[in-house]
Amino acid sequence: MISYKGHRAIKDERDERRLFEHRAWVGFILIVLCILALLVRYVWLQIFAFDSFSTRSENNRVAVRPVVPNRGIIYDRRGRVIAENRPAYRLEIIPEKVPGKLPGLEALLDELSGLIVLDENDRNAFHKSRGNYRVFDSVPLKFNLSEREVARFAVNRHRFQGVDVVPYLSRYYPYGELLTHILGYTSRLDADDISSVDEGNYRGTRTIGKIGIEKFREKELHGVSGFERVETNVRGRVLKVLERQNAIPGTDLVLSIDVAVQQAAWDALGDRPGSVVAIDPADGSVIALVSKPAYDPNAFVGGISQQDYRDILSAPGRPLFNRALNGGYEPGSTLKPFVGLAGLELGLVTPETRVFSNGKFYIEGYNRPYRDWKDTGHGWVNIVSALEQSVNTYFYQLAMNLGIDRMHDYLEQFGFGSPTGIDVPGEGKGLLPSREWKRAVHAQPWYPGETVIAGIGQGFNVVTPLQLANAVSSLVNGGTRYSPRLVYAVKSTDAERAKRIRAPVELQVPVSDPQNWQTILDGMDLVVNGLRGTARSVAVGAHFRTGGKTGTAQVYQLAAGKKDKQKEVAEHLRDHAWFIAFAPVEAPRIAIAVVVEHGGGGSTAAAPVARATIDVWLDQELEQELKP
Amino acid sequence: MKRWWPAWVGAPRLDPVLLVLLLLISGFGLVVLYSASGQDMAVVNRQAIRLGFGLLAMLVISQVPPRVLRAWTPWLYGFGVAMLLATLVVGVGRSTHRWLDLGLLRFQPSEMMKLAVPMMVAWYLHSRVLPPSVKSTAVTLAILLIPTLLIYRQPDLGTALLVATSGVFTLYLAGLSWRVLLGFAGLATAAAPVLWLVMKEYQRDRVRTFLNPEADPLGHGWNIIQSKIAVGSGGLTGKGWLNGTQSNLEFIPERHTDFILAVLSEEFGLIGVSVLMLVYLMVIARGLYIATIARDTGSRLLAGSLSLTLFVYVLVNGGMVSGVLPVVGVPLPLISYGGTAAVTLLAGFGMMMSIYGHRKFIK
Repeated sequence: MISYKGHRAIKDERDERRLFEHRAWVGFILIVLCILALLVRYVWLQIFAFDSFSTRSENNRVAVRPVVPNRGIIYDRRGRVIAENRPAYRLEIIPEKVPGKLPGLEALLDELSGLIVLDENDRNAFHKSRGNYRVFDSVPLKFNLSEREVARFAVNRHRFQGVDVVPYLSRYYPYGELLTHILGYTSRLDADDISSVDEGNYRGTRTIGKIGIEKFREKELHGVSGFERVETNVRGRVLKVLERQNAIPGTDLVLSIDVAVQQAAWDALGDRPGSVVAIDPADGSVIALVSKPAYDPNAFVGGISQQDYRDILSAPGRPLFNRALNGGYEPGSTLKPFVGLAGLELGLVTPETRVFSNGKFYIEGYNRPYRDWKDTGHGWVNIVSALEQSVNTYFYQLAMNLGIDRMHDYLEQFGFGSPTGIDVPGEGKGLLPSREWKRAVHAQPWYPGETVIAGIGQGFNVVTPLQLANAVSSLVNGGTRYSPRLVYAVKSTDAERAKRIRAPVELQVPVSDPQNWQTILDGMDLVVNGLRGTARSVAVGAHFRTGGKTGTAQVYQLAAGKKDKQKEVAEHLRDHAWFIAFAPVEAPRIAIAVVVEHGGGGSTAAAPVARATIDVWLDQELEQELKP
Repeated sequence: MKRWWPAWVGAPRLDPVLLVLLLLISGFGLVVLYSASGQDMAVVNRQAIRLGFGLLAMLVISQVPPRVLRAWTPWLYGFGVAMLLATLVVGVGRSTHRWLDLGLLRFQPSEMMKLAVPMMVAWYLHSRVLPPSVKSTAVTLAILLIPTLLIYRQPDLGTALLVATSGVFTLYLAGLSWRVLLGFAGLATAAAPVLWLVMKEYQRDRVRTFLNPEADPLGHGWNIIQSKIAVGSGGLTGKGWLNGTQSNLEFIPERHTDFILAVLSEEFGLIGVSVLMLVYLMVIARGLYIATIARDTGSRLLAGSLSLTLFVYVLVNGGMVSGVLPVVGVPLPLISYGGTAAVTLLAGFGMMMSIYGHRKFIK
């Protein structure tokens, strides 16, 4: 071994060469060892860690993207499109790609608001929904961009990293406010919605049904998401589609609503708040369900601005309130046919039983009078003429004979006091009072006077227009109480034909004598067609014979629970007008309930609305039948 | 064989073994570059022209006798140092002053120093008594430290270290005592904390990233992580030429320059890497062999040190790509895209061939 042994005085070429050769050999061996060590590293990476790195490389390369299903189309009974999908553009941001974290994002939004209309509400909604997405997902900022906005953004796109205009299908309701209270609307998916749906199926979905049919049938309308395995480069640009599992489009729905009938009812209500519900007594399908005023659902689809929402909230008549499903009104005299039927069926009266009306009715031992609407009274009346002229005394007496509990139990069969079970969310249940109820809720005993006024649908009674319409339907079809249905048929993509949805029967009201039922219908026939009927105007010029019953719901202070005596009162304290009807009398094809808020008398305000609605329906039905 | 060149040129002095090995590596490099550049033939052509230029330089230099080269050495070295000083004043390039714009071509003086420093050290030690005395060692250190510090100021830590290393290798081959060498190594280790203090922030980031790339996978750690994924996913046989997803989908940054080995490893697998390393080893072995048969001390030292330097390039680049060494800007010899490095390298091999051609017992 040659090593450094002090300094030599002269160069020794041979010695130097030997020294060099030694150093070169040592160096080469070290090099070989180092290269081998490096190769060991490569062996570890490429052989032992191959699986793991192979997976990571694959994950880099392949992205799985959801394929959003097209939302189901909704049609009305006659095949008119009432909810459809239209091509639109939305602006989306991938927060991760925006430089500068949150301040950068805010600055970006500031800059974007110079190009597109972007208010505080859009920004808040964007920030709120950011939490639902993964950082590398794109989050919608603004829906339904106008063409100008799309063009303006396209020109300036290079300035905005991580922002993109995305084409999509936007929900559109061609009939606007006319059907809002039935269809509801879809709007931006938020945190609450996410928890209620299958997240995997909604990965690419940006909107969801918020109320109405859109919400109730969300699962079917939405469809099933597909996916796409795509190869992307480092910037996320898709280079090719490796595999595609198509989405299954949402189910199309056919509603039993007839837009023409709905429109007729809507128009007939005019400017007054109110509600019309029409049901086909043959199958429990809902023909019209109007709640007025309403609002344009299309405003909500793309995300409504705060100002617009405030405008809707503060608009007169509370447009957001669904009167048809949730409006609680005193039924007034519209309850009389049901009370009358209870009397007949339970054998307390016969069609021939007569009562004398002198304008005032007293309970034995009390001296408070209960009045007829006619001060002088109606004289001797039986059940039919009592219905025709809406004679209170007859029903005061009958109610006393029935007693509140028997009355409650009988009327309950027609669905009063409980939700009808219609296929949209948010239905009210009204109130059908009983001794038990009063004890439980008010901790008070039942007073006889309360029975008396319950006989004419006053006091504690509360019904919704839908409940009343459904009760009329059950009354005229011989006691079959359906759970009414808005969805008439569904058509899934793979199905060749639409599948008919039938309203389930909630209850078959027992019939002890069909003649009793006919008697009540006769009385209602006379309301319209009798000499002294309270709604004779309905019959004028009609192609069909209509039966009905007027009613008046007294407006009173809910908080105090006190009656407000009918005097000269301001518009907003005036009584609500009721009219229930069915037609044709011989074989009813429609059962209807109309309430006009603060309309005054049922015959003047509500009955014409019912007539207008029935006309359109029956004319159409007849036309259909005449067709070969 | 009939001569077709003029008689005054003399017999060509080329080492066919070295030439074949270098052509093999260059050819393989172009093949990988085609894939790494996203199948851009223009890039491949440009690199081929540079390699051709480098081979020409190699051919010309190989005809120059070593003693002539040695005579030029101090001038070359002096010119290089002057250029380094110039870059500090008028350099161009992104945030660093590495390039000198000479109108026609942009020139990287630090690259030239990779040759000039070992040449200068060999020149100096040529006439000294070896193993070097204390004085010789001190002068040698001065020769290599001046350009090293200037390059470090650019700042280009990687090249600075490589230049210094090439000088140290010359000292090692000259027979500097193991004790002193180990002393240097100890000193360097002790100096590491000081180095940390004088390092720029971006350099510290690189070291931090090297120690824990997963701490910032989308930022500083990205290069190392993606490079490792590329290498690891290549497996034994690779994904096949042009089929590397990490490279074609642009996940590997600097994929046609410093990280081209990642592309190679991804597409040709462990087998490809091993073959390449074997060829490099053969080049180094051939270089060391040429050194041992060199005519004189200076040639011997120069040929030996150039061979060892080539190894450092390969080791540092290979270590960087596989994540065992920090990311420093060291290209893979003859494979990475880049003109100056290729030309410098081939010029160095030209000198080696000259040494071979003017060897001790020439026929």
